[in-house]
Amino acid sequence: MHFEVNVAPVGAWSVVAVAGEVDVATAPRLRKEAIDLVAAGHHRMVLDLEAVDFMDSTGLGVLIGVLRRVTAVGGALRVVCTTPRLLDLFRLTGLDRVFDLRSSVDDAVSEAAGSAGADRADGADR
Amino acid sequence: MGQVVELEIPARADFLEVARMVVTTAASIEPTFPDERINDLRLVVSEACTNAIEAHASAGDTDKRILLRCDLAEDRVEVEVEDQGGGFDLADLGELPAVTDPARLEHERGLGITLMRSVADETEFRVSPGGTAVRLVVYSTRPR
Repeated sequence: MHFEVNVAPVGAWSVVAVAGEVDVATAPRLRKEAIDLVAAGHHRMVLDLEAVDFMDSTGLGVLIGVLRRVTAVGGALRVVCTTPRLLDLFRLTGLDRVFDLRSSVDDAVSEAAGSAGADRADGADR
Repeated sequence: MGQVVELEIPARADFLEVARMVVTTAASIEPTFPDERINDLRLVVSEACTNAIEAHASAGDTDKRILLRCDLAEDRVEVEVEDQGGGFDLADLGELPAVTDPARLEHERGLGITLMRSVADETEFRVSPGGTAVRLVVYSTRPR
């Protein structure tokens, strides 16, 4: 199964670029990578989902766990996602109001304060 | 009844992609099925099979198998996923905290059934001590 996680620093942020399919087989790798980053002191994280071909509720669960850990240490998590199919996942579960969704990595690493759901990546009124 | 495709997979996470691929490829044979509905089918099959895989893992029965039965008709695909994982009580799942409640972040699981019910046009869960059968129907056109 195609799945990759790559981490790169961009300014004060750690950008975690995810590619491929995120499900119960691959999500543990993403969880470990993100948890290791938080444990190493990287508390400002961007999860870039633009190259994700498929994600199900297991992937959403990992995102929730990462958000919990980052929030617990006073950090920030921003999620880059513009794919309609993935945005539907956030909307159907109400998590579009929990995550700070951004339209690009550039937008995500900008210092503008995000508010979950207020700065929608798709700009649509769903 | 339309064409029927049956698939039996080991109850292991690394076979989940195979299940998604077989069901969606079979559904793609019907030219009236739009990509949007194929994607819906991919998601609900993944959710049902994930639950089955995790049920087997919880029961320590990963050597058992999961049966998928896919009934293809012109206007809909009906998928049944059967496991031998010991079953569960739907009533025990309870309600997740509201998304505005900070306690919501304590719950990483429990979204799969929500998504199946939201995305599939028909869902049915039959739970027995011997396992769970999930029936999912996705129509080629989303009912209004």
